[in-house]
Amino acid sequence: MRADAKPAALYHRVVVWLLFLILLLPLAATLLYSLSTSWSATILPDGLTIKWYLALWSDSRFLAAFGQSLLVCFGALLLAVLLILPLLFVVHYHFPRLDGLMNILILLPFAVPPVVSSVGLLQVYGSGPLAMVGTPWILIGCYFTVALPFMYRAITNNLQAINLRDLMDAAHLLGASTWKAAFLVVLPNLRNGLMVSLFLSFSFLFGEFVFANLLVGTRYETLQVYLNNMRNSSGHFNSALVISYFFFVLVFTWAATRLNKDKP
Amino acid sequence: MRAALRKWPALLCLVPFAVFFFAFQIAPLLWVAINSLIVGDSWSLANFAKIFSSKFYLQSIKHSLQIAFWSSLFGIVIAILGSYSLRQVDSKLRDFVMAFSNMTSNFAGVPLAFAFIILLGFNGALTLMLKQAGLIEDFNLYSKTGLIVLYTYFQIPLGVLLLYPAFDALRQDWRESAQLLGANTWDFWRHIGLPVLTPALLGTFVILLANALGAYATVYYLTTGNFNVMPIRIAGLVAGDISLDPNLASALAMVLVGLMALITVVHQWLLRRSHRHAR
Repeated sequence: MRADAKPAALYHRVVVWLLFLILLLPLAATLLYSLSTSWSATILPDGLTIKWYLALWSDSRFLAAFGQSLLVCFGALLLAVLLILPLLFVVHYHFPRLDGLMNILILLPFAVPPVVSSVGLLQVYGSGPLAMVGTPWILIGCYFTVALPFMYRAITNNLQAINLRDLMDAAHLLGASTWKAAFLVVLPNLRNGLMVSLFLSFSFLFGEFVFANLLVGTRYETLQVYLNNMRNSSGHFNSALVISYFFFVLVFTWAATRLNKDKP
Repeated sequence: MRAALRKWPALLCLVPFAVFFFAFQIAPLLWVAINSLIVGDSWSLANFAKIFSSKFYLQSIKHSLQIAFWSSLFGIVIAILGSYSLRQVDSKLRDFVMAFSNMTSNFAGVPLAFAFIILLGFNGALTLMLKQAGLIEDFNLYSKTGLIVLYTYFQIPLGVLLLYPAFDALRQDWRESAQLLGANTWDFWRHIGLPVLTPALLGTFVILLANALGAYATVYYLTTGNFNVMPIRIAGLVAGDISLDPNLASALAMVLVGLMALITVVHQWLLRRSHRHAR
């Protein structure tokens, strides 16, 4: 049995390391490219430098795009919290049967590719009283739908874990109104799950390109659109941009993983 | 009566959500569905007729399906091997690689296409290395094969994420029991492992297919919108420089949504069949 287990264990380790290497390769190449003085038609670069990062982080158009990306993402997440938290509370406390309907509705943002939604959005909000195409507002609205399925599922799991009904009954018995109980008792208990879902949502909203490019483009340039528009500039500069972008995503996913581990 | 009255403010809390969800999810979809059936000022199926009689649009559908199928197949095979082995290694290595895989699932779209140009473009480091080793003659990232490789990459983290929990269903003692009864590794997978995992595999495959069918950013950046796949054609018809036709775009968008719906229906049917088999 032992003799049999050894080669099998080695095989599994090799497979896992291979998986890691495959996933690492594009990132590692980009990192190396962003740190190299010049690198063309050879397997390894000529020399190392951080000048591309210095150039990037002093480029005003990049800084503007970065700030605009942050604003749109934070705006969308704020909107999502304001809309989804009351929805979840009301659905689970007052109308538990609506949860089934919600689980079908939240499939839509998954099932309908952004490029399909964009066709309609461009026409519906292209002109008329609700002309939003070309402004960050339409992105905030769209990103709310992108984050919805994920946040709804994550917070629902958290709500089920805290026993909403017992918690509310206890608060009522102690004389709290429904509002007070929801804000002071339920909300603090959801904090962890909410933060995890916000961090993870941020990390994929920050990389959204389709809506940003089709609906807004250069009129309110986000980071991804900026990267696309810079396609003819230096590859090293763009690598520094990709690595800087991914570093932010990494920080947010890492924060979410940490929070997830601290769960009581 | 009083209970009903108490529920009114609660219902009011749902209104803002409903308004926003309708405005940004339902309304655009309705517009697309209705306008795909309008030509000029009247109802007509001409948009669909145009798509299904045009070699150009049929080619985009064919390319989309081919890339989606092969990248999902390669992606799921790698994800199966990877997540099964992930379960067999020590928890330190496992947690590390799982966390890394989850992070790379956000490495998609434009940045990913860019990274692949560095790695596998005409002068990419890996292309040169493989050429020097004599393993490949040439590699064109901007072709269908190239796109399949690129799509496979972004399918892997998603596949691992979805499949890893599915291996819970496969209990370790079944493996030992099978071994005691004289089954070898192949027998075990053929008669126990794969049948138990079938629903999870089918479900994951469907999600990967949908993921690849709708993908736009990667191929757009890589080929500046010149490779003929459905999302590129749809976007080109509403935001391109020439030949804007939102109604035709709607029809093509409905074909894409229809394909996804078809895949889901087939999935449900296969799932029901495999359940009946299991009983």
